[in-house]
Parts: sequence; structure tokens; C-alpha cells
Amino acid sequence: MGMTIAEKIIAAAAGVESVKPGDIHTVEIDRMMSNDGTTHLTIDMYNKLKNPRIADVGKLVWIVDHNVPCDSVKTAASHRKMRDFAREHNITFYEGAGVCHQVMMENHVTSGELIFGADSHTCAYGAVGAFGTGVGCTDYLYAMVTGKSWLLVPETLKFNLTGRLRDGVYARDLILSIIGRIGANGANYMAMEFGGEGLRTLNMSDRISICNLCVEAGAKTALMEVDETALSYLKEHGREPKHAFCSDDDAQFAKVYDIDLTEIRPIVAKPHFVDSVVDAKACVGTHIDQAFLGSCNNGRIEDLRVGAALIKGKKVHPLVRFLVVPASASVYRQALAEGIIDTFMEAGAIVMNPNCSVCWGSCQGVIGEGEVLISTGTRNFKGRAGHKDSFVYLASAATVTASAIRGEIATADML
Amino acid sequence: MKGMDKFTGKIWILGDDIDTDIIIPTEYLALKTVQDMAPYAFSPLRPELAGKIQDGDIIVAGKNFGCGSSREQAPEIIKALGIKCVIAKSFARIFFRNSINNGLLLIENDRIQGDVSEGDEITISINECIEHRGNQYPITSLPQNLVDILNAGGLVKAMQRRNNLKGM
Repeated sequence: MGMTIAEKIIAAAAGVESVKPGDIHTVEIDRMMSNDGTTHLTIDMYNKLKNPRIADVGKLVWIVDHNVPCDSVKTAASHRKMRDFAREHNITFYEGAGVCHQVMMENHVTSGELIFGADSHTCAYGAVGAFGTGVGCTDYLYAMVTGKSWLLVPETLKFNLTGRLRDGVYARDLILSIIGRIGANGANYMAMEFGGEGLRTLNMSDRISICNLCVEAGAKTALMEVDETALSYLKEHGREPKHAFCSDDDAQFAKVYDIDLTEIRPIVAKPHFVDSVVDAKACVGTHIDQAFLGSCNNGRIEDLRVGAALIKGKKVHPLVRFLVVPASASVYRQALAEGIIDTFMEAGAIVMNPNCSVCWGSCQGVIGEGEVLISTGTRNFKGRAGHKDSFVYLASAATVTASAIRGEIATADML
Repeated sequence: MKGMDKFTGKIWILGDDIDTDIIIPTEYLALKTVQDMAPYAFSPLRPELAGKIQDGDIIVAGKNFGCGSSREQAPEIIKALGIKCVIAKSFARIFFRNSINNGLLLIENDRIQGDVSEGDEITISINECIEHRGNQYPITSLPQNLVDILNAGGLVKAMQRRNNLKGM
């Protein structure tokens, strides 16, 4: 019987010819990413082992991105623990280079790999056909010490994309639409696979944005067919694919969805659930206090270009704080070279160093009681961006920027 | 799960989509230990709840319990509060793994929610059924490798036991 991309990657990592959903396999992990959200906990557990060792230090990548630069004495201590351990054990280490998933995409991930990340949005790596999955620090520790882990082979939901997104509609609108359609647990324990002619119209930034958010539908991983766009991206970044998998014609899918990209419209996810989506027009006029353009989901150069094109020659509304946070240092420098940072600052935006920022409600840009944020971040859970009684709306870079200018939720065509 | 084959506990009821930011908001993650964080568990939704939960209590919730972040403090805090088991219509995947890895028992059941009230007592027989006022709700057995992890008290202990490596 044919296999899906997820099944092929697990079979290769388990060293077996074929696998099927429901099987549990012991797999070799190709790469293990951890950030300052939980690495200090992993280190504490590691140090309690009687005779700890790292199976293959070359597979580890540690990234400080959640609270950078440090916002308190407590996080300074946990960063120091992480930094010292990384130095002592020669672990590849980044600090201030950007949000972990963007740093991983720019520097490490390649097609066909099985990657554990101690962060839920690790599924982003499917943009180049890698099986990225989020784990907690105990799973991470186990993989770090043994080089292996156990995986239950997931069923796969297939999304066949056709057509092309219209002008003014973005990958972010597409994935929020899909999450709204299948629900916040619509892909729980499953892989979400994307393919079809519509995929060929999406660039790497679009693809990362789509795969990154699949965990908000509960997905174990997201995977895209490896095509010329993905292979060129890897080549530009000096990497070779490990495997370039597509699903077999007779692969079994739990369900197949046909999505016509031309039908997607600008979307807003309302508080406090990512699947609480409506047509952006339905939220027009909603009061906002702050707007955020950034995150591993939507802080790439393509997203900043969208925002900059809209705000050039205009001003941020006087009653709104507009935070712009490039997803990585290389994105930041590209934006500087293109004059984009200047455009945002001229308009009155607050431009910050690459980090997770307000998307995870710590370190920077936290919102107060009763305040409303419109965000390109990953989640809008109750209290996610600050006070428990605050409100987060999720939207595309275009809708967020338009809202920052208007001082209330607005779509780009209203400017 | 030694001594956990059958047990009775008082239940607390929560709804659908209890996310990891509800279980433990980001601002408390900087506290030093899970014991320090535990008083703030569920605070965005029910600030009084953590103070009322007693050792051996059980949570009964709706669908998609534990959705969101991979923060392992979430199941650790629930365990630190003394919760013996969480019953939900469904669990988010990362939370499920993290709970098993920390020895927190999770049971999927989508029928009991409509029949129970907060404060009721229920009895759980592992891998058999939940009992409430004479009604029985069957439980699906967990795969053996997960039972091994739970029986060992978590993944790290299971790893030490399985590999029989004193060094780990």
C-alpha cells in the first residue's frame, strides 16, 4: 500500500520499509531544537541523571528567542544556565538571531528530516517537507540522551490546493480559513499535508506561515510536497535535501479537502480561539489599542514589505501603538537595506529586535486590562498577550497594518 | 500507577479548549518551581480553583484539553495540585505526551460530561471503567508502551528501567 509523506519520513527514521497509521515506532531524530521557554527545565532534568550524556551534540540547536534581551533577573538566570551549558557541551547556540523557527528554516532544516522542537510551532518545518513536531522538555531530554524517541504514526489529512490567492489575500488568511473550517482540534494527532497546483503559486514565506499555524488545528505535523520552490530555497541556503518525498498515488488519507485559493478572503480570528474566524469585514470598526506585525508566523521580509507598502506616506493612528518585530536578524537587515524599517519608523511604528515579543505575552508589548490587540502572532487565547481580561484578534500583515493606521480594525482596501 | 488501579475522587468541571495559557499563564512561568506556579493554575478562567483543589481530586473537561503551547509546566502543575487524573472528551497531542511523560493519568471519555456535576464523586478502574452513581462508562485501554511509562512514573524513569542503565 502507498504511503503519505509523514509515513515515508517515519519509515525512513525507523529503518523499516513501511508503516501505517496507529503503529508505534522507535525513530532516530535528525535534529532537536530547544528555546529559552523550557531549556532550563531540560538542563535541570539532565543534571539529575546519574551519568548523563548527549547522543549526538551535532543534532542539537538551542535558541534564545522568547525573552531577548532579558526582561528580568529570573530570566537572566535561566538564560545563563542555557548559555553556559551550550558552551560547555559545544551545542550550536543562537541568541538574538531571531525567532527559533525562522532561525531553523534559514540555517538548519532540510527536506525529509524528522525534527523535534521543544516548541509547539515546530510544525513550520513542513514548508520544506521536513517532519517537525513539538514536544515537551521530557521528550526532548529523552531524545537528546538517546538520539531516539517513540512516535505513533499519524493519519494524514490532505489539502489539495487549486487556483491562486487574489491580490490582497495572504497565506495567513488561507490557513486561518482552514483552521476555522476544521476546528481547533480538527487535525488532532494527525498530519496535515498540502499539495496540488495551488501550492506551486505559494512562495516559501507563505508555506512557512501555513505549516507553522497547523498546530492550532491540533496537528502533530504539517508537510508540503517538495517541489522546485522548496529545493531552490534549500540550495540558496546551502543545503541538500535528505529525502524529497511526495505521497504515493495510492496513499490513504483520513480525509481529503479541495481548497480553491481564489475563494479565500481576508480573515480575522476573534478572541479567544484561533478557530473563531470571521470575514475580516465583519470586524471592521472594532476598537484597538495596539497592533503587532511580527512572529514566526508572519514576521518575514515578505510580510514587512506588505505592511510597509501600505503605511508608506501615512501615519500610525495616534491612539494606537504599532509594534514591528522582524522574525530574524537577517530579515531585519534585509528590511533595513530595502528602506522598510525607515518607512515604519517614519510612520511612527515602534521597531524592535527580533524575538517572540507580544505573541507570547512576555518581555515586550504586553497589553493591559481591557486592552485590544490586533496581531500577526500565533494565538489569541485568553490572556495570551498580557492581562487575563484583554483581547487578541489575529489577522494578516495587511489587515494589521491597515488597522494600525485607522485606529480600529480595518482592511487594506479601506485605506 | 502503583496503587492507582482503582480510586475514587471528587470532580472539578471545566469546558472545551482549556488551553495551556489558561492552565498556566506566561507571566508565572518565570517562577522558580511548579509548586510556586501551582496557585495560579487556571487563573484566567477560575482564579479560585487552584486553592480549592485537594489531593486526589479529578478534572472532568470537554474537548481539546491542553491545546496550545508545548510548555511542560502545564501537566506538571496539574499534578502538583494533587489532581490524580484528567478526564476529557479529547486531549491536544503535545499535552497528552507531556502528561504521560510526567506520569499524569489522562482518560478520554465523551459521555460522562453531561451526567456529572461539580463536587460529585466518581470511581475510576484503570483500563476498565469510570463509575458515577451506579452508571458505568467504559475506558479504552492505553497502548502498552504508554502504560509502561505511566507505571514507571514517567518517561525518564521508564528510560532508566528499560535500558537498565544505572548511568541514566
